[in-house]
This record gives sequence, structure tokens and C-alpha cells, in this order.
Amino acid sequence: MVPIKLKGRTISRGCAEGEVLLSRDPISFLGSVDPKTGIVVEEKHSLAGKSIKGKVLVFPHGKGSTVGSYVMYQLKKNEAGPIAIINLETEPIVAVGAIISEIPLVDMLEKNPYEYLNDGDIVLVNGSEGYIELIKPKGGKTE
Amino acid sequence: MYLTKEEEQILNGEAGETLRKAIEILVALGDIYGADGLIPIKSAQIAGVSYKTIGDAGLEWISDLEGQVKVPSILNPAGMDLEDWERLRISPEFAEKQKAIIQAYKKLGISCECTCTPYNLEGFSAGYGDHLAWSESSAISYANSVIGARTNREGGPSALSAALLGKTANYGLHLDENRVPEVSISVECSLKESDYGALGYVAGKIIGSRIPIFHLKDTPEKDELKALGAAMAASGAVALYHVEGVSPEACRMGFEEPEEKIIIERSQLDEVYESRERAGKEPELITIGCPHCSAAELKKAAELLKGKTVSKETWIFTSRELAKRYPDHIRTIEESGAKVVCDTCMVVSPATNRYSCVMVNSGKAFAYVPGMCGAESVYGNMEACIEEATGGKRKKVGGSY
Repeated sequence: MVPIKLKGRTISRGCAEGEVLLSRDPISFLGSVDPKTGIVVEEKHSLAGKSIKGKVLVFPHGKGSTVGSYVMYQLKKNEAGPIAIINLETEPIVAVGAIISEIPLVDMLEKNPYEYLNDGDIVLVNGSEGYIELIKPKGGKTE
Repeated sequence: MYLTKEEEQILNGEAGETLRKAIEILVALGDIYGADGLIPIKSAQIAGVSYKTIGDAGLEWISDLEGQVKVPSILNPAGMDLEDWERLRISPEFAEKQKAIIQAYKKLGISCECTCTPYNLEGFSAGYGDHLAWSESSAISYANSVIGARTNREGGPSALSAALLGKTANYGLHLDENRVPEVSISVECSLKESDYGALGYVAGKIIGSRIPIFHLKDTPEKDELKALGAAMAASGAVALYHVEGVSPEACRMGFEEPEEKIIIERSQLDEVYESRERAGKEPELITIGCPHCSAAELKKAAELLKGKTVSKETWIFTSRELAKRYPDHIRTIEESGAKVVCDTCMVVSPATNRYSCVMVNSGKAFAYVPGMCGAESVYGNMEACIEEATGGKRKKVGGSY
């Protein structure tokens, strides 16, 4: 298998590896995610009822209140936040939230992450150098 | 984005963890918005102060930071009067958290003057062309539009980062090309005082986040411009507006008239005032001072309340510095039973949440009170608010009127 490595833009530095969770919908951290558990509580959200805890969270971009940045920090403190984030295009609320929470974040990948990533894939997000790498597809073996 | 050698070193953590994160925030925002580099700022005004809005998460983040701000920095209104919080029946639990937030900011060298009108404070002046990092929406609008200074709509963490570094990323409203009017608004009727808040409320909904240029029949006072901008930043997301023949950039730059033209008529403003008749309830609380009262507004409130007694709960908000500067006005207002409250406002204080209908003379408060405080809002000018508060009754002096 040819390892998939996609270049993107550095938003928040740091490096982390984990399981992908894809959200088709934008995320408002204030109101949509329980800061204690990391469970998405917004009804009708594509991730409703799922936990973002410890995941490489892939979502298009943030939305909602600027207080969302602080909620991301609280998630991190409660060890209930995502381990890394991949966005199509980050907006300031999520950018600031990821940086203050030390969650690596890369956006504007050279190819659409929704076409290359699936729930359960193991992915490395290198925020410092601005790329992501598919380490192990779901159900696949490490090369 | 270009960084100097010193900035690169900060980004690499050589100046400590707090500054590393601060510059990382500015660089990320600069990259998102296409900034070419960082520019020095003259002052910072930091949002994310009320415990009601930032909660434990915000408190934790600020408490974890270290170091000192590099430029004069003050705060947005807090959730309570920091000296006399018991008077508005703030809970001791809330007060304790609020004080902890203020202490955390103080530790970073930030002045704990909590006001949305920093431009009225001594020694915190901003001038034409100055670059700032302010984050209270009405203060941003005033700085950009009335003063001709330059600031983006900073969030709490980005304003704090800018304060710690003394710099901000050079994008958005810092650049000439992004300050040109995009929509023209003509108002065909004459306007006075609270009419400007009503106009802002109506116009903000139409304008959204664009830059308008107004054509008005009258020349507004600074307090009237303050009210106009505050309301547009609340019902819309207007961070800069121009007024033909009045605002500094409109006078100096001679902008071309935008293609899109909107006319606002008296009847649209009257609809805002008709909220009083439309309301399902009687106002239980009267509030004045959003944004915080200026010296002229305190004087007017004092004149209107002189010799009267309020029969409804009445709060008048101003900055602590102005309250100290005008003790006579404060005394006159308080003798009526109305309360002069500092450091906070009706929108960010949990005290307002106890009421179901609030009367305001501010387009900004009119827009925010329903969502932020869960209360119906009704609109009137300052005279109508005082009339509502006093029930038109005069205090008996010497046993007779």
C-alpha cells in the first residue's frame, strides 16, 4: 500500500496520532458538545450522541459563539477533547481554541480529506509541519 | 506571513510558554486572513471577562498564563459591580468566580477598569490611524468609525495575545482597502438621541457585516454615534461605519458612493419604539447606560431624576472612572432610588436574568436582552425610561409639590 500523506496548512502546532471521526456538519463547541464528556449533544448533528474524546476529529469548520474557544480548553482539561483536528478551512474560534488547548490542527489539505479518510482510520496529524498521514486504514494492517 | 527573527524565537518558545501560545494565535489568525506580518498596537481591550460568558473554562485558561502585557490594556465589562456586587443580588458563588477572573487578569498587568467605553477614560486615548486590538463590539465600532483608529473584531484570547506581545496581525480593518464603504444608507428624517440606537438596530439587520456610509440630515453628537454603532454591532456585525461629512475617514478620504443604496424611513424607527405597546408585559426593570454612560448622559439622567423617586428597579451603568469623576450626578441619581452600577451592564450581568421585561434606551441592549438575559426588551428614549421608572411621580419636598 502506498502511504497517504497530505500536505496542509499549520494552524495549531504539535503532533498526535489517533482514530478518525468524520463530521459532515460544522461544529459549535459552545452548546453542541458536553465539555465534561466530549459527547455531541446537538440534536440533528451528524455526530449526535457520539464522543469526540481522543479522536482525530475531521469537520468542515467551526460555527457559533467565540466562547467555543474556551469550551475546547475545558474539554482538554477534562481529557474529553479531540486529540487532533483536521478542518477543510478553519475559522478563528476553532483556531484559537485549538492553540490554547494544544490540540494539533491542520487545514486546507491538498486533497479533500472526506474522500481519503473514513471513520476508524488511524491518522497522524503533524500540526508543526502541516501535514497528515494515514497510518492504518480501518480494518487494515500496518505496512 | 513574515516574522522578524525575534518573533520567530518567540514562536519557538524561547520567550516562554505564554508568549509562544500568544504569538501562535496571532500567526494562525494572520495566516487565515492573509496578513503580511505583525504590527505594533497602541492599546488592547480584552473581552471574555464576565463569568456569565466565559465560565470555568475561561477562568482556567487565563489563570494559567504568565507574564505582563506590553501595552496599556483594560477589560470588557464584568458580570457584576466589582465593589458593590451584593446590591444587585449577585450570588456569592458567582462573585467569587468573577473576582478570580479579575485577579487573573490583574496578575498579567491589565488594568481592572471594566468598561465598554475605554475611549472615555483618561490616559487611554486612541487617535486617528492608531492600530489597536479591542474586542468589545461597540468600542471597536467607536474606535474605527468615530475616532478613525484601526482594530479588527478581536476575540478574548486574540486581544489578550496582542496585549502580551504588543502586536497584532496586519489584516482586515488595519488595511486601507478593507475600510471602504460597501453600502449607502440614507435616512430621510431628522434624528435625535435614542433615534440613533433605533436606527442602528434597524440598519444592522440589513447591513450584516458590511461597511455602510450614512447620509444623515443632522450632525450627530459623539454619544449619538456611540449608540448607532453599538446597535449595529449587536443586530448586525458592523465593525466600521462612515457618516458623510461627520466621521473622520469620510471627511478625509472622500469615498465613492457605493452602488447599493438603502433608504431608512421614520416608520421603521417607530417600529422599535412601538415595542413598548407591543410588549405582553409591563417593564419590571429600567436600564440606562449601554454602552456605559458618558459624562453628558450621566448629567442628563441626574437632571431627569432630580427630586423624583423611582417606583421600579432602575439601573444606570457607567465606568468606575466616570462615576468617581462626577460624584454630584451620582448622588442626585441615587437619591431617587435608582442605582448607579459600575464595571458591568444589563447584558453581561446575571442580575438581569431575574426580570421578565426590561426597558432600555439602547439599540444594543434591545437586541441582546432577549437572548442573553431571557427577558423581553422594550425601547424608549431616556425621558421615557425615567418616566417609566418614576411613574411620573415627583418626590414631595417639604410635604408638598
